Amino acid sequence: MMMKTRTTALALVTATLLTAGPSAYAAGRDQIAIVGSSTVYPFATVVAEKFGKKTRYKTPKIESTGSGGGMKLFCAGVDLNTPDFTNASRRIKKSEYDKCMKNGVNSITEIQIGFDGIAIANSVKAPLFKLSRKDLFLALAKKVPATDGSQKLIDNPYTTWKQVNPTLPDARIEVLGPPPTSGTRDAFAELAMEGGCKQFGWIKAMKKTDKPKYKAICHGIREDGAYIEAGENDNLIVEKLAANPNALGIFGFSFLEQNDDKVQGSIIEGKAPEFETIADGSYPISRPLFFYSKNAHIKSVPGMKEYMTEFTSEAAFGDEGYLVDKGLIPLAPEQREAMRKAVRELTPLKL
Amino acid sequence: MNNTDIVRQSLKRRYRKERRFRAYGMIAVATGFLFLGFLLTDIVTKALPAFSLTELRLDIPMDRESLGLAEDAEISEDTLRALPYSQIIKKSLRSLFPDIRKRKQKKLLYKLISSGAEFDLRDRLVAHPEWIDGPPQSLWLTADDDVDTWYKLDTQVSRIKPLQAELIQALETQDRIRTAFNTHFFTRSDSREPEMAGIRGALAGSFWTLLVTFVITLPIGVAAALYLEEFAPQNRLTDFIEVNINNLAAVPSIVFGLLGLAIFINFFGMPRSAPLVGGLVLTLMTLPTIIISARAAIKSIPPSIKEAAYGLGASKMQVVFHHVLPLSMPGILTGSIIGMAQALGETAPLLMIGMVAFIVEIPEGVLDSATVLPVQIYLWSDSPERAFSALTAATILVLLGFLATMNALAIFLRKHFERRW
Repeated sequence: MMMKTRTTALALVTATLLTAGPSAYAAGRDQIAIVGSSTVYPFATVVAEKFGKKTRYKTPKIESTGSGGGMKLFCAGVDLNTPDFTNASRRIKKSEYDKCMKNGVNSITEIQIGFDGIAIANSVKAPLFKLSRKDLFLALAKKVPATDGSQKLIDNPYTTWKQVNPTLPDARIEVLGPPPTSGTRDAFAELAMEGGCKQFGWIKAMKKTDKPKYKAICHGIREDGAYIEAGENDNLIVEKLAANPNALGIFGFSFLEQNDDKVQGSIIEGKAPEFETIADGSYPISRPLFFYSKNAHIKSVPGMKEYMTEFTSEAAFGDEGYLVDKGLIPLAPEQREAMRKAVRELTPLKL
Repeated sequence: MNNTDIVRQSLKRRYRKERRFRAYGMIAVATGFLFLGFLLTDIVTKALPAFSLTELRLDIPMDRESLGLAEDAEISEDTLRALPYSQIIKKSLRSLFPDIRKRKQKKLLYKLISSGAEFDLRDRLVAHPEWIDGPPQSLWLTADDDVDTWYKLDTQVSRIKPLQAELIQALETQDRIRTAFNTHFFTRSDSREPEMAGIRGALAGSFWTLLVTFVITLPIGVAAALYLEEFAPQNRLTDFIEVNINNLAAVPSIVFGLLGLAIFINFFGMPRSAPLVGGLVLTLMTLPTIIISARAAIKSIPPSIKEAAYGLGASKMQVVFHHVLPLSMPGILTGSIIGMAQALGETAPLLMIGMVAFIVEIPEGVLDSATVLPVQIYLWSDSPERAFSALTAATILVLLGFLATMNALAIFLRKHFERRW
């Protein structure tokens, strides 16, 4: 008998849980929901935490879905089950923007928060490298175009930098970089490797006809020992470079800045990795970071505007803000002011 | 050579074979233990630093001028919350080291204290408004994670500059630095500052998720098992169902996550990141395991019990609910607990439904955003700050503790309540 009542009780609880569920959450939401890029995630989480502590609003919840995944969720519609913000390590694409419009997400504000730069550096005791993206591609790709100029791919034959480009020193190619699980690696493959790879017209043409193969060629990094996976820890790469003057290393710009007594950043296509060149976009291996807000939610989700204000405050994304401590490259002062204006006026994005 | 000789000769060989086999078995067990021992020592040594926390003692003046509170201002929660705590802490740090004047040096000095300390100070002042206008309070505030690692482990941390090392030593001579038990680890939820991060949010998330799973799986699992075992006719359809249940038990868990995303979130419109959805997805995952173990438990009840009940005139319902179910309950519960333990350690299906996220608020119900213990481990193991690696290991220890407790409970139930026939 006991068992029977207990089972009935369990069944009842189940039923209540199931029926009470949908009605309770349809009413509204008091917590900001954010999705998007894993590169922006470390910055957005810090802002979210500060925002949650400073104000009486709930701390926003942030999912790291990648830029593309974030856009997909963000543009799915305007009901409260969709996210309020999406972070992106690239600008919104026209196709994504159109999808947003089609699904009724017609007022989006774009806020650029700063830059993400990648340095190719070596020890200060070694000569400074002057590289191009093409040099980097030829030195580090798994398959490179045949040396006779034909449209054939061969296993990477280069062992010294001089073979890649006669103006470079006659030193063995030895590059310490992050493993495939790292976001820095993705960005390096996308910005440096692909940037060099695209300079071969026939490979670029492949992007239209056979995109997976194009990606495999341009993003494939050699595995014969010239590229050494040095772990996710950028600090470790810096230490290894200091001990081995023959090697080059790939890591985030903030680590270069903090260790300029030990390592120097190579000049890429005439531009040194410096605050100014990254900020104005002329340093080729850098990318802007953004977040996008869904203005239709501002009335129903409390705190959205205050979150944007916190993100764009000088204490956060300014030259000495707490995001810079976490490795963000800030915008120029006038751009920051423009972003604050965009937040105040919720300027809708037009593409 | 007669038969006895043949046997005698082969006997030696057979004994040798047996000894060899035993040796292999022992080597296998020893290797297992070796790996387990290695894993545990590694985790425990890495986790230990996470249980202590470095704190700095600062003297905070409580007069209105130093606090930035107007002479006639009313002391209420709102006015207290709005005070410039960051400035108050910086001023107190500066007063300890009046020699430090340069901007760059000051910045290094300020970095000794956690960036979360201002909020701690605020919460303490809000809790003790009577301190205002009183004597200065000497308070222990959390140090920065770099200071923590450097001071606790006595290792080289490149982020600690020589000047900061000097300052820490000066603090030590003034008895202003100590390591205390890390209560944050148990009382707080996720944070981007390792010294402020804890597992309470993830624990609450795991609790709600498992509650939903348990409350739904047990009745459905038991009902399905009872029906299939006691009532269902033996035909092709029931055979087909049985094969399917066994297949489902072997499906990779990420598939259930995709299913949950499609059904619960996209079709029924349930909220992302909620323990309700997580629990439902884990229900789908554990249900086959529980049905299978419940059926095995029901099957093991001897027919003589049932026949005796029938002989006394009991109906089929009475036989099942008065005899079969109570007698098989220990077995069913054991199976359920093992299924729950499996669900507790699962991350893959939760990835799809948004439970892998940075969530600071502690969930208070099945509809709040939440994350679970294994997800917290995953998120922290990926964080750049060094001190997170200790927190990761400590969370693994907590998770292992829960798993061990659940499995011990299952063994206890089996040993003490199961009837042998």
